[in-house]
Amino acid sequence: MSQAVISSNVAPPSARNSAMRRLARRNSTTAFLLTLPLILLILCLVVYPFLYAVYLSMLNKRQTRFVWLDNFTFLLGRETFWDVVFQSVLFAVTAVLLKAMIGFILAHVLHALPAKGQRKWRGMLLVPWVIPPAISTLAWWWLFDPSYSAFNWALAGIGVDPVPWLGATGWARFSVILVNVWYGSPFFMIMYLAALKSVPDQLYEASAIDGASGWQKLRYVTFPMMRNIISITVLFSLIVTFANFDIVRILTNGGPQDSTHVFATYAFQVGIQSGDIPLGASVSLFMFPLLAIFAIFTLRGVNKRTKEMS
Amino acid sequence: MEGNGFTRRTALRAGAAGLAASALPLVNVHGQTGGGRLALGLWDHWVPVGNDAMRKLVTEWGQKNRVDIQLDFITSVGNKNLLTIAAESQAKQGHDVLSFPTWEIHAQSELLEPMDDVMTRLSQKYGAINPIVEYLGKIDGKWRAIPAVSGSQNKPSLGRIDLLKQHGGIDVQAMYPASDSAANTAEQWNWETFLKAAEGCQKAGFAFGLPLGNFPDANDWVGSLFRSFGAELVNAKGEITANSDNVRAVLAYAQRLCQFLPNDVFSWDDASNNRALISGKSALIFNPPSAWAVAKRDAPQVAEQCWTFPAPAGAAGRFTPYLPYFWGVWGFSRNKGAAKALMEHLSERDQAQAMVAASGGYDIPPFTSMTDFDTWAKEGPPTGVVYNYPVRPHHKSQQFIAAYPAPPAIAVQMYNQGIQAKMIARVVQNKEPVDRTIAWVTRELEGFQRG
Repeated sequence: MSQAVISSNVAPPSARNSAMRRLARRNSTTAFLLTLPLILLILCLVVYPFLYAVYLSMLNKRQTRFVWLDNFTFLLGRETFWDVVFQSVLFAVTAVLLKAMIGFILAHVLHALPAKGQRKWRGMLLVPWVIPPAISTLAWWWLFDPSYSAFNWALAGIGVDPVPWLGATGWARFSVILVNVWYGSPFFMIMYLAALKSVPDQLYEASAIDGASGWQKLRYVTFPMMRNIISITVLFSLIVTFANFDIVRILTNGGPQDSTHVFATYAFQVGIQSGDIPLGASVSLFMFPLLAIFAIFTLRGVNKRTKEMS
Repeated sequence: MEGNGFTRRTALRAGAAGLAASALPLVNVHGQTGGGRLALGLWDHWVPVGNDAMRKLVTEWGQKNRVDIQLDFITSVGNKNLLTIAAESQAKQGHDVLSFPTWEIHAQSELLEPMDDVMTRLSQKYGAINPIVEYLGKIDGKWRAIPAVSGSQNKPSLGRIDLLKQHGGIDVQAMYPASDSAANTAEQWNWETFLKAAEGCQKAGFAFGLPLGNFPDANDWVGSLFRSFGAELVNAKGEITANSDNVRAVLAYAQRLCQFLPNDVFSWDDASNNRALISGKSALIFNPPSAWAVAKRDAPQVAEQCWTFPAPAGAAGRFTPYLPYFWGVWGFSRNKGAAKALMEHLSERDQAQAMVAASGGYDIPPFTSMTDFDTWAKEGPPTGVVYNYPVRPHHKSQQFIAAYPAPPAIAVQMYNQGIQAKMIARVVQNKEPVDRTIAWVTRELEGFQRG
């Protein structure tokens, strides 16, 4: 074999190195490599389980044959499932609205505090969000405990009758929403605080010169500047709250009379406890279209505003 | 043949070895296999020393049979065991042997190794087995698991001797002493007597602790209550039979009984009734001896007054709530012979006796012939507190699982969705007319019939 043939098959090392260098210099390649671990993680822990859940939801109870959309059709005809839909929406929407309101107020209060004391308060207010929810919910459960409730003990001290915190439909719904709000408000607070800090002071100064009142500053300066972060925080929280499992599971197990079940707890009861994994997968997938539509509209709004601002 | 060095003699020898190897598992099943590795996922016992006793039995067997044992205790707290079963059944790999809770054998039957050979030998040795175990573990005529000693439990009445005598008008120790006979008063131990006792104790501030949420303790006692009234929601053929006079009668009774229960029982979980008894606030619960065992440690003055006795009888008989566990071998196990041999070994009388003793009488063996262990007579104080925990002939009672005799595919949903307790909650909490509740449950049951 001649030297000429060899040289035509193998590129000279200098040429190969420069090609590699060019590839490495490209921003998109670097970005792709840096995000690759995250992409792999999402593929393994989000995309694959989602597709597997879709596959499971189209099987019959014994997972021996495809029934396509029969599980979904079956669920739509069940009274209990519609109760679960109603409760999930009630739970998620009420909790997210309350969290957003409380977070908004807390962020403003913190923002108004002098810098010296602000850090201390910020740390303390973040505590509910930092404690693992399974543990904090157990503490709440103890406070609500039917027979030995600390709340009822305190109420008895002032002559008020005991409240069935987890035993009556209305109170049980109130309790699970309360715990979720307690747990989630600090997240809103910290996000809104970050947004508030990024609003340029000049805007407030300009509005003050124009004679704007406190409410007008909030309405025409703060709120428009925070709209994107509010939208994204609400979207993110709505997804997490819709998918909540631990709070309901620990506090009420879906009771009394299934009146606090949300999609995740009902899916667990149907799929794991009652041995019908395909139906459980179908229940959990019902969240997806609801949230997907909401996410599309929210993100479109965010994009539009970002373009307008830039 | 010269070229490849493979002689006729070598070929014959290899063939004989192959035949012997293929026949080996058949021998191993009964002959206690040697070698290999076995991964076990057994139930994490409520009684901590229960795990120690199980570890000792399994380790001894492993050493004797030269089998490497990997033993995991999987808790049922938070349904961790159900999640493990679901994960291993999907992945088709994991442990060789798992402890399966009550309804899981039917759910996983197609993935479980038949155990007829083992069950045949055990039945020949130890006699009759209770029908509930057969209902839960035998599918299409084949045993798919072995009823486990460890974890299987009854839930009879566990009451306070002093409070029931003083406020309920019944001497439970005299009615069901720690011997194989009952007093004449036992004939009167029915749901009406129970109601009067519940009223008396409630008025004295010691209401019966009967949970009515969607948890096993609630489902078990409510299931037995329904059965003793003959109130069957679904029959053995899978037909809905909820619209009956017996169902109306049991709901009417439940309305009367709930007047004398704490008003928060609809949110009670499996620990609430235990706490009610141990704290001295309740005169009676339906539970295994675990509540008494905790009281012995934390509230000895309460424990000394505890006594176990059968559930009350109704028009259709007396039914003791029963919740068995099973040991099953996955079809994908690579050491089925050893797995079966170990399960058979653990089911033998000596091992069963050791587990019952270690658990303080908590574990209930599936064979009637194994209800004569002296643990139940000796435990105390008071001595004999759990004598009537296993169902004995003079109790005139049957072990019972809620939703029986509905086909298990329907029954498991009825049980896990607490359908009977929810019926009571609807008529009591929501003050819903009985007929509307029956109409509601009929619609729910139609959904459970889905294949």
